[in-house]
Amino acid sequence: MTEQEKGSKSKDSTDPPQSGKDPATDGKKAGTATAHKPPGKTKIIKVPVGYYGVNIAEVEREVPLDEPPALPVNAHLNVIGKPTRRLDGELKVTGSARYTADIQLAGMLYGRMHRSTEAHAEIRSIDLSGALAHPGVRAVHIVSRAIGIAREREDKPRVVEAKVTFDRKVGVPTVKYVGQPIAAVAATTEQAAREACELIKVEYETLPFVIELEDAMKPDAPKVFKGPTEQDGTAGGGGAPKGLPQKGNLRGPETKGMFGGDRGNVETGFSQADVVIENQYRTQIHMHSALEPHGLIADWRDDMLTIYASTQGTSALRGDIASVFDLPKSKVRVITEYMGGGFGAKFGTGNYGIAAIFLSRQAKAPVKFMHDRKEEQTVSGFRPNSFQKLKIGAKKDGTITAIELESYGSGGTALGAGVGWAAQSMYKSPNFASEHYDVLTNQSPGCAFRAPGQPQGIFAVEQSIDELCEKLKIDPMAMRDKIDDNETRREQRKAGAKLFDWSSRKPAGSDAGPIKRGLGMAQGEWPRFVDMNSSCELKLTNDGSIEILSSVQDIGTGIRTVLAQVIAEELGLKPTDITVRIGDTVFPTGPASGGSVTTGSITPAVRKAAYHLKLKMFDLAANSLKCEPEDLQMKEGSIVQKSGGGSITIKKLAKGLSTDQLSVFASRTADYGGFELGDFVGFGRLSSVQFADVRVDTDTGRIYVDRIVAAHACGRPMNPLGIESQINGGILQGISWALYENRHTDKNTGVVMNPNVESYKLIGAKEIPKIDIVLLEEYLGRSATDAGGIGEPAIVPTAAAIANAVYNATGVRINTLPMTPDRVLAALRKGGSK
Amino acid sequence: MKRFEWVQASTTDDALGQSTRTCAELMDSNKKTSGASVVKAGGIDLLDLLKEGILSTQRVVNIRSIDDLHHISFDKKGCVIGPLLTLAEIAEHADIRKKFTALADAAEHIATPNIRNAATVGGNLLQRPRCWYFRSEEFNCLKKGGKDCPANVGENKYHAIFDNEKCSIVHPSTAAVALVALGASIELTSRKGKREVKLEEFFISPSEDVVKENRLAEGELITAITIPDNGWKSAHIKLGEKDSFDWSIGDCAVALDMEGSTCKKAVIVLGAAAPVPYRATAAENFLKGKSIDEKTAREAGKLAVQNAKPLSQNEYKVTMLEVAAMRALLKAAQS
Repeated sequence: MTEQEKGSKSKDSTDPPQSGKDPATDGKKAGTATAHKPPGKTKIIKVPVGYYGVNIAEVEREVPLDEPPALPVNAHLNVIGKPTRRLDGELKVTGSARYTADIQLAGMLYGRMHRSTEAHAEIRSIDLSGALAHPGVRAVHIVSRAIGIAREREDKPRVVEAKVTFDRKVGVPTVKYVGQPIAAVAATTEQAAREACELIKVEYETLPFVIELEDAMKPDAPKVFKGPTEQDGTAGGGGAPKGLPQKGNLRGPETKGMFGGDRGNVETGFSQADVVIENQYRTQIHMHSALEPHGLIADWRDDMLTIYASTQGTSALRGDIASVFDLPKSKVRVITEYMGGGFGAKFGTGNYGIAAIFLSRQAKAPVKFMHDRKEEQTVSGFRPNSFQKLKIGAKKDGTITAIELESYGSGGTALGAGVGWAAQSMYKSPNFASEHYDVLTNQSPGCAFRAPGQPQGIFAVEQSIDELCEKLKIDPMAMRDKIDDNETRREQRKAGAKLFDWSSRKPAGSDAGPIKRGLGMAQGEWPRFVDMNSSCELKLTNDGSIEILSSVQDIGTGIRTVLAQVIAEELGLKPTDITVRIGDTVFPTGPASGGSVTTGSITPAVRKAAYHLKLKMFDLAANSLKCEPEDLQMKEGSIVQKSGGGSITIKKLAKGLSTDQLSVFASRTADYGGFELGDFVGFGRLSSVQFADVRVDTDTGRIYVDRIVAAHACGRPMNPLGIESQINGGILQGISWALYENRHTDKNTGVVMNPNVESYKLIGAKEIPKIDIVLLEEYLGRSATDAGGIGEPAIVPTAAAIANAVYNATGVRINTLPMTPDRVLAALRKGGSK
Repeated sequence: MKRFEWVQASTTDDALGQSTRTCAELMDSNKKTSGASVVKAGGIDLLDLLKEGILSTQRVVNIRSIDDLHHISFDKKGCVIGPLLTLAEIAEHADIRKKFTALADAAEHIATPNIRNAATVGGNLLQRPRCWYFRSEEFNCLKKGGKDCPANVGENKYHAIFDNEKCSIVHPSTAAVALVALGASIELTSRKGKREVKLEEFFISPSEDVVKENRLAEGELITAITIPDNGWKSAHIKLGEKDSFDWSIGDCAVALDMEGSTCKKAVIVLGAAAPVPYRATAAENFLKGKSIDEKTAREAGKLAVQNAKPLSQNEYKVTMLEVAAMRALLKAAQS
């Protein structure tokens, strides 16, 4: 089928655009094909753009010659957009899928870390002799640089005596948190490794420390770092702009933000406002709590280092390891066959991983190093906590005149604890100013976590907008219609409000009696990040089987299935006909999975590969069918002449191959029409609107979430079943953060008091509300699949929607997370509501 | 977790012959307990203690499969329960639900279905407290033979609001709250013989002995739990931060001797409130001769917590317990 045919097909069957503009650009100027001309020879294709069932238009895009034809809307497709069961679902539920912890190698040893018992200290000496004397121990390693934490600009490791087999001097870092890795052992059993770790003796010279964010902000607080700090980001976010000032534990201000920083003049803006509201918001540390802990197996051989890892980025991990150990990338292989969640915490090698590689090299044996649950909850990363002061001014009609944000976030000993850019970019305001500070504390390093910063920022912004609505007596939906330019959210509000029955919402605090019901909503967004480093190889083997190879890893969200869908669609097959081999760096490099990039980045490359494999097959088939390749199409495992008559099965065609396989390599093409930022942020945000229906027991302060209506969009939906799973997961993680989860750290010692999933409270089966999802079919016309991600958007607005519903129930605002009974009762008492 | 030997006890006598120590003794840092044995029933708590590295033992004596300790019988006087009955069996037992509603209510809301299927009522009564300082190998608190209580100057959101000056644990057993309200007794058996103790008197305050929560002696087993049937109404209310797999942040069991709509006698026991199941006697006295309605229940709730001395982070628990008492009273009266 040619692109002209597909184009006309979608044109014939869909409504003309209503708004007349290209919603994909979100009202931004750039983004047309003429503004971003792709390099080399090009062609024009007509892609569908708009919202299915609302306003699909055909828009011309100038694309490289080798791009596949435009894909029509899902209604005209057979596999893409159809709910599709996970290819590996059966393997997972029967326990046959092999996760990192399941892998057993011959002669494998077990790694374990001896960790600091002090929150801040210089190490005087390390005595490993006890561990070395343990009969099970095969190797020991002193951690000379703890990774994950910020580094001082002038970093000089301290040199101390270490009793190993012989006494020697080693460089060791200053201890900055309880649980910091000091030394690692590899032993023949897990038990032996544990015992040996207990035999390691460390002498400390203790230093004053500070645990809580707001304590660390005080000018006289103990300094976590002696001097100014820096930290690079990872594929999942984190890191901080270089060279910012640092005063004590406060590093900043950062004023830029991703979307341009300050604009206008906020003082003028506030002077023009009829109403100004100013609030403080606090959000807590949030643990990833993935089912599968962090871990890897390092198998160091002379010719190759093989790593079996639970990682969100196989290729990035290979790069990290190659650089740390000064190995060519070609001699490092990273394998992630199955993974039990990462949520942003599984980028990089981790201290455990570096230690495992050292130990494997030393012991000449594979070393497995898995975190236990306590390590997961103490030293494996977290979403930073935050303290925000947000001020918004508006005119009587709702027009926002100024937004000012002062924010603080703490990733403990790590930088990069921002609060996203919701205040900056969500709503129209001519005047905006922000200052963000990272606050260093003696807690373990935080890291990226599902939409880093954004849920914190949205919690403040969306409650403030709600408060503004209350003050101005404007319905929150009408208010957003006025101040929000985003077309996707406009459609989401319409569809969501209808399903949710928003019109039944009563004024705040309407219910009599102790149990009060409330309805609330909040909006969210996340950039449409693209990872251009996305490639694959697609092979037809001479028995007719089809295999896709890419290092992209399935972190549990189902990319394996989506890749099969894309190929099946293009080749007229079923997803189960495709063998998907991913998560191995011997394959072409795929994207890291973080920031909701995976589907939007790799599927266009895979479709391109499938399209070119198809063309190659058409050439071969045309030969044997004695027709023109243009006269051919794929249908149910065969290549069929459109003009009727001849056909040949893929199997038969494959048998005639001159070599064992026909292979196509493809990489992702730049977004059609270019990018909004650099070559990594596409046009069109991943937008969302969520509605919450809650009950508040005002006697006990307990909040019950009865229903969430979630309106989402992620470009062209590829596998609605997988998308709904991710939305459900995001909402549950959002509710859990909003209402239950709280890591308690003893201020007097720096010890985490709830390093488990018993007293670190996660949402359970009884807390799960009814969730209704509205999935908008959004066509942006930006790639060969036009798909986007859904991981982060799902969690972004949930807590804010609940908080707004709690206000609607009680007439009292809870500005601090988690909204546990103690806080709700205190707020109710202060607010005087009963 | 350290290695240990596993001993299977097939009869009560067999188990009693193993000269076992209590968990409290094994966890007291001032006591030398090498070579000790400890009893395991459901193992829910013991496994935690072993895994958390705060209890080690040379030998674990498994009593889980002793038939003589797994029984339930009713007569005119009441009910006798074997200590190995699981919480799930108690929650699902129709006669317990009918006659001793508070116990069925309490058992039904403990932990998770998985845990209720494995955990025994005897083990539930004897489990060690959940104070996170006590449970943390990083702290040698008073309860483990140390010199001070880190909770009272630290993270004490879930700690006691009564009798908390020395050690602010809350008693961990929810079943105990109901059983104390119902006037239960336990039979303790050792090689020396048997003794019967009122459950309420079995539990002890930290001011009496901070390293243990009860009067269980070395080598003793709970061999039966007796609940008198005096035809009282009862109920238990548990409040939590969530309903799935969570500990109480305030619970209350109430047993009422009613004559028509008048309360002749009330027993009100607060859970997650104090180091022992806490009798709210002022509230009990107040209700004597009154009918139980919204107003009297609310007043009783207030009286139940009138002597509370909350710590730096747990003032909200005063309200929790007040509400739990009020709701349990209304629930029992209306049952």
